[in-house]
Amino acid sequence: MNSSPMRKRSGIVRGQSIDMSHGSGGKAMRDLIEDIFLGSFDNDLLAPLEDQARIDLSLLTAQGNRLAFTTDSYVVHPIFFNGGDIGTLAINGTVNDLAVGGAIPLYLTCGMIIEEGLAVDDLRLIATSMKTAASKAGVKIVSGDTKVVERGAADKIFINTSGIGVIPAHINVGAGNAQAGDVVLINGHLGDHGAAIIGARGDLALENNIASDCCALNHLISDLLKACPEVHCLRDATRGGVATVLNEFARASEVCIKIDEKALPIRAEVRGICEILGIDPLYLANEGKLVAVVPASYAQVALEAMRQNEEGKDSTIIAEIFAAPKETVILKTIFGGERIVDMLVGDQLPRIC
Amino acid sequence: MKYVDEFRDPELAKTLLAEIERLLPKIKTTSQRPLQIMEFCGGHTHTIFRYGLEQLLPKTIELIHGPGCPVCVLPMGRVDDCIALAERPEVIFTTFGDAMRVPGSRKNLLQAKADGADVRMVYSPLDALELAKKNPDREVIFFALGFETTMPSTALTVLQAAEDNVKNFSLFCNHITTVPTIKAILDSPSMQLDGFVAPGHVSMVVGEEPFHFVANLYKKPIVITGFEPIDILQSLWLLIKQIAEGRCQVENQYARVVATGGNSPGLAAMASVFELRDYFEWRGLGSIDQSGVKMTEAYSHFDAEKKFSMPNLKVADPELCQCGEVLRGAIKPWQCQLFGSACTPETPMGALMVSSEGACAAYYNFGNLQEIMTLKEKSIS
Repeated sequence: MNSSPMRKRSGIVRGQSIDMSHGSGGKAMRDLIEDIFLGSFDNDLLAPLEDQARIDLSLLTAQGNRLAFTTDSYVVHPIFFNGGDIGTLAINGTVNDLAVGGAIPLYLTCGMIIEEGLAVDDLRLIATSMKTAASKAGVKIVSGDTKVVERGAADKIFINTSGIGVIPAHINVGAGNAQAGDVVLINGHLGDHGAAIIGARGDLALENNIASDCCALNHLISDLLKACPEVHCLRDATRGGVATVLNEFARASEVCIKIDEKALPIRAEVRGICEILGIDPLYLANEGKLVAVVPASYAQVALEAMRQNEEGKDSTIIAEIFAAPKETVILKTIFGGERIVDMLVGDQLPRIC
Repeated sequence: MKYVDEFRDPELAKTLLAEIERLLPKIKTTSQRPLQIMEFCGGHTHTIFRYGLEQLLPKTIELIHGPGCPVCVLPMGRVDDCIALAERPEVIFTTFGDAMRVPGSRKNLLQAKADGADVRMVYSPLDALELAKKNPDREVIFFALGFETTMPSTALTVLQAAEDNVKNFSLFCNHITTVPTIKAILDSPSMQLDGFVAPGHVSMVVGEEPFHFVANLYKKPIVITGFEPIDILQSLWLLIKQIAEGRCQVENQYARVVATGGNSPGLAAMASVFELRDYFEWRGLGSIDQSGVKMTEAYSHFDAEKKFSMPNLKVADPELCQCGEVLRGAIKPWQCQLFGSACTPETPMGALMVSSEGACAAYYNFGNLQEIMTLKEKSIS
């Protein structure tokens, strides 16, 4: 029986804001998916709208011998900020989690939890950002899920993305591989994302023009690994900043990492915000910062390879690795004094006087 | 960065350190014991550790880290009062971020928030007043704490609230005063301080005059000091110079910020809103006469202590805590039996482990922990 024109769906989201019907599994939800998500994420694996993406294994095994599989949830507040939005973050964050394992990121899934009342236009913007970020990173969004919850049960929108990638056979990076004599490289300025979020919150009445560094690092990492297959450790320094990543390396590898305060690349605006709030840029969040540990003999080759890349043009050496004291990160201050840089306790709270 | 990097110049630091070294042989007592110099303010403690200044100083200078961290010296009973206020359903409890993790006897404000209390972090008391205006059906309480540094902003906020006739705003006043506390430290029989690094931000408000008694009555040199590493090194040099020359004076190293007479509009606002309490309880130090302020009668309708009932119980510090001895400079943080074991920044027992300005947290976070723990083992055995 043919459906009458009356029964046809529009394929377009009606109304200005998301309501509970958009998560009900019915027509409104189908319209939402077709209009916003299929429109943005269109690809051959997603298009059939099955409950699962079906991936040809031979395509994967041709690229390497291990599957990398990761997941991350994104709850950033506010959802739009200078340099990106929760959508850009959700793609780049998961791409980076795959890439720092040495994997070639390939496929992502996307789960959205939307608070009723979110503007449809905002959702459209977020989906567009995701599409742009995914195509830049060279990954496909192959499966998705949408839930709508009552007002107050979530804050505008939460996004979960999971991703798979393939690790080429010759690559072996790991937090436990750092050795005495290695050096630590970073691909640019510390703390831009954290500072951009502080600015976007606006509750400090601190205006700034700092843009988040949110970007996919997989192309940069691929160039680095090509030039220097001897890379020992890779991490993207997100929550907890560079200090946290270095502590993870120092513990896993049982080494001492000595940071040179003079060598830390920090923008004047970011330093200014840190001074006012009494926070340490070493702990400030980044969303596009690669921390790489390579043998000192490869340092120049690695730096040059990174600097060829748009995401790595400000790459520099920030620290050296020693055998002792084990599991310790030390900062050599600009005065030549030394202090411990420990893991962060709780959130960074501003000092009061 | 302009106006900051000048005060972090490593070459200037070297020059100052060389000058300090040059002066020390002129001071006779240094052959028997190190010179003990107290920096009162937690801000100074933080700078000293952040830049590793202590290791750069000659061994004959010992820095004693004073009680000038308002978060650290807040007694547990007052934190319990905060929690009782915050847990009232009509209340939005506003606080500076540092105070969120100060342990009360049952929980801290962060845990109270997780349990459903409406606790919000603000960066200024005016933010709290704004919140009160936006939420006329709620009672907004601002947790006012800090030395004279933060008193003017609280006082001006109360004056603003009075002018705007805001009825749902009040203060839980825990402001404390610097001078009576310095006096209490100087009166402590176990102390043999040789000089004082005086708090720069407090001085910006109160001026130089309130510190004259330190030089005149107690015959100790005292230098009002800024918060950058070069400020602190320059002050130490000025103090050593006074000691070497046998002088006791109030000197102002922080003249770029501190005016001799202080901040008179700020002082005027403080005088109308606050008056001295007979005494105030300090964590670790006990009760100190006239060391806190309460709200004057004229503004008592903004006083949360009058507006709401609260437990107001005195809660003893954990028995093994030696915060008091650390605050008085009698022991080093790592000599406390709880340091690094029962008391860490993750699970602070003592107040000095709570804020990044507390001496124990500074040692724990920035010090060479292995070295410290070896010293600790030695001091216990």
